[in-house]
Amino acid sequence: MSAALLAAAAQTATTSGAEAVLFWCLAPVMVIAALGLIFARKAVHAAMGVIVVMISLAFLYVAQDAPFLGVVQVVVYTGAVMMLFVFVLMLIGVDASDSLVETIKAQRWIGWLAGLGLGVVLVGVVTRATYPPMTGLATANADSNPVGVAKVIFGDYVFTFEVVGALLVTAALGALVLTHRQRLTPRIGQKERADARVAAGGSLTPLPAPGVYARHNALDVPALDHLGRPLEESVSRVLRIRGQELGVEQFQSPALPSATQTPTLEPGTEDQA
Amino acid sequence: MSLTNYLVLASILFTIGATTVLLRRNAIIVFMGIELMLNATNLVLVTFSRMHGNLTGQVMAFFVMVVAAAEVVIGLAIIVSIFRTRRSASVDDVNLLKS
Repeated sequence: MSAALLAAAAQTATTSGAEAVLFWCLAPVMVIAALGLIFARKAVHAAMGVIVVMISLAFLYVAQDAPFLGVVQVVVYTGAVMMLFVFVLMLIGVDASDSLVETIKAQRWIGWLAGLGLGVVLVGVVTRATYPPMTGLATANADSNPVGVAKVIFGDYVFTFEVVGALLVTAALGALVLTHRQRLTPRIGQKERADARVAAGGSLTPLPAPGVYARHNALDVPALDHLGRPLEESVSRVLRIRGQELGVEQFQSPALPSATQTPTLEPGTEDQA
Repeated sequence: MSLTNYLVLASILFTIGATTVLLRRNAIIVFMGIELMLNATNLVLVTFSRMHGNLTGQVMAFFVMVVAAAEVVIGLAIIVSIFRTRRSASVDDVNLLKS
């Protein structure tokens, strides 16, 4: 290592003021966004908080002379992992709210206590430990950071890299196998639906449209059949259940005296009339 | 600013992730807590890599990222398949083996 490189390393071995500004801007945002994970009621809000944390981490990586990891963080974590999370939330978890039933007694307080204790221990250890003076990555990043990382990966950790590749392929196959749904019932297509409808003996033709042959053309006015009697089923089922259809009596044809005697359409009355 | 600040931030993030795992019942949120812990560990690795002037820490963080991606894929697949059979994403509802 030449003296010039050593001097360069010594110069960059301190954090700059700009980095401190970046850190103190990002750190509170990250902590607040991460706290959303604990306190957010909706899972989507928690996911948004985690995305904020991950993007901020990418900034911190770049500030810490690790631009390769910063880019990988954005691509892998915010680009792939969190999008996967949001997709799965869309599939299953949007309305899934936390149950308030405690299966373990006082689990909430135990959890808070354990988390607080872990935090105190970690922060205490980290702040009280003595560290070597910062070397900085100026010499290691001499041929740019990705080249340096590539030299370490493909020099010292080739086998690990291969194993990790096998792990990724296995994970992809495992996800396919786990989410594959075996068809337990025969597929129901158009023919099966039509057969079932005929077998059920329901109306094979479309139901009469409402109001078309009456004096009004509104949706809540029943149509009249060829004898001038209102057809109940011509009005939408939803309107009938809600009771929002107009009275059938007022729309009968006044020219037909027999129609007033049979205000509702009943099967069999058609032949008598 | 000393590099200890990064380590303290990573500790806080790790703690929040662990507390999330302990407190929340929604399996997806629990999973995001695990991701947060992995990310905090990565920040520690990157900081120590800079402190020691050695890129091995960054390579470790890279491997952690890859393993985390594989873990997310499998974990979410398990959550989806459990949701299909049990109609629930709560970790407390998966108690079939309870006597």
